[in-house]
Amino acid sequence: MVGDSRPRPGDPLDPDAAISVRGLVKRYGDRAAVDGLDLDIRRGEIFALLGPNGAGKTTTVEVLEGHRRRDGGEVRVLGVDPARGGRRWKAELGIVLQSGAGDSQLSVRELLEARAACYGDPRDPGEVLELVGLTEKAGARGRTLSGGQRRRLDVALGIVGRPRLLFLDEPTTGFDPEARRQFWSLIRSLRDLGTTMLLTTHYLDEAETLADRVGVIARGRLAEVAVPTALGGRGSAPAVVGWTEDGVRRTAETATPTAFVRDLAARFPGEVPDLTVGRPTLEDVYLKMIGGSGE
Amino acid sequence: MTAPALPSLARVYGTRARVELKEFFRQRESVVFTLAFPVILLLALGAVLDYDLGAGVDFPQYFMAGVITAGIVGASLQNLAIHIAGERSDGTLKSLAGTPMPASAYFAGKVVQVLAVAVATIALLLGVGVLVYGIDLPSGADWLTFAWVSVLGAAACTLLGIAVSTLCRNGRSASATVTPIALVLEFVSGVFLPFDQVPGWLQDVAAVLPVKWVAQGLRSVFLPDALAAQEPAGSWELGRVALVLGAWCVLGLVLCVLTFRWQDRDTR
Repeated sequence: MVGDSRPRPGDPLDPDAAISVRGLVKRYGDRAAVDGLDLDIRRGEIFALLGPNGAGKTTTVEVLEGHRRRDGGEVRVLGVDPARGGRRWKAELGIVLQSGAGDSQLSVRELLEARAACYGDPRDPGEVLELVGLTEKAGARGRTLSGGQRRRLDVALGIVGRPRLLFLDEPTTGFDPEARRQFWSLIRSLRDLGTTMLLTTHYLDEAETLADRVGVIARGRLAEVAVPTALGGRGSAPAVVGWTEDGVRRTAETATPTAFVRDLAARFPGEVPDLTVGRPTLEDVYLKMIGGSGE
Repeated sequence: MTAPALPSLARVYGTRARVELKEFFRQRESVVFTLAFPVILLLALGAVLDYDLGAGVDFPQYFMAGVITAGIVGASLQNLAIHIAGERSDGTLKSLAGTPMPASAYFAGKVVQVLAVAVATIALLLGVGVLVYGIDLPSGADWLTFAWVSVLGAAACTLLGIAVSTLCRNGRSASATVTPIALVLEFVSGVFLPFDQVPGWLQDVAAVLPVKWVAQGLRSVFLPDALAAQEPAGSWELGRVALVLGAWCVLGLVLCVLTFRWQDRDTR
């Protein structure tokens, strides 16, 4: 699937989807923060939700998590309406909030064990610590952790219940590049175990490298849903080919960059000097899509 | 695929109780503030004030009821209002709300914490009272009165503490909001000085609030019956103590159910 893959308004809920949303509305006073949002997230996929602050991203996710009541529309998360989700339903979810672990006096291990005790079939806390790279901090109190360690603890708390669906709200904020790469490989290993994930992030490279599909939310609606390489028509947008000829920098816009480069190669004996082929980045199309909306 | 059975409520309650006990007793500030404050009050006022209240009762003997009341209010109302507001602000509550832990387990954990802190505070105060001031401990049926007044008072103040936590805008301002409320409440309720020295109109205000009745019930435990004549009604009014505290439990429960939130109001 390449192009826009949004469900259309009025389509029935998808019973096989991990998350299925039709016509979601949430108002704060007179303002509709979410204004008729339609979305299907398939089981086993990593879906990244992008959008500027105030576009309705957090509100949407909170409705899906059961943290917030909606004002209109139909929502099913793992087949259950979140407004009516009980303990059994919550046991299937993992939620990594932006601030979760709090200022605890308990050690990392104690926090994980206490959380695990809420679930029927939890992961072993020791294994989870290993997975998020906090084994050496197992005995440290929650409040003494650094920002990045705290974030990893939040993730550990989110996955210790062996969730089928994991919500990740800006999980790598405050990570250094090395920690982000480690986190990404953790996310991929969870996907290999069959966990569906809904990720919100401000880092477009994170969405591009992790997500099977990305959705851009603007003004309370989904502007587009696509695989990262196709968002905003990226895949078929004209490419810009650049090279140096006779000591002058040249560029050409072309819809057929492969053919263009082949012709170019034929004109030069060896390497084409300073050859570049560029397409709009995810950031380019994202900024274009949300331009003038959002705030 | 059938989901695995969830752990029993008893197991989840037990886990939460252990979490709450560790959270409280490992935090030096809260231990000092809640447990040591009444003791310091007893030692400081006991050293300064020295008057005969009649029937051979000295100030420390009289003050025992008041300072234990302050201990109960500190363990329940102040402790919960401040810490629940903090847990609401730092995301702990929201995080718990997203797990299969039933809400009742959170409150069960808090109740165990309040009971443990109140029992520890009372034991400490009785120990200091006996060792430093040689106060007379209650005898016979007075222990029973001691127990039910303490439990009922702690229950009412626990529920009020949970409700008051919702009034606090955020965790950081909670202590500054709650501590003055509690101190004023204790002052007008005759916790720090003989109740008959509180101005009449303040006595009337205190009479509709729960703290006055805890202190009065405890005075019946620590003072000879001859001093009942100094009470506003000329008796200990234990029936009314039970009635008013019971009514506050009901009101506190209603307030909790109506107002409790898992997140700060202005986050969205």
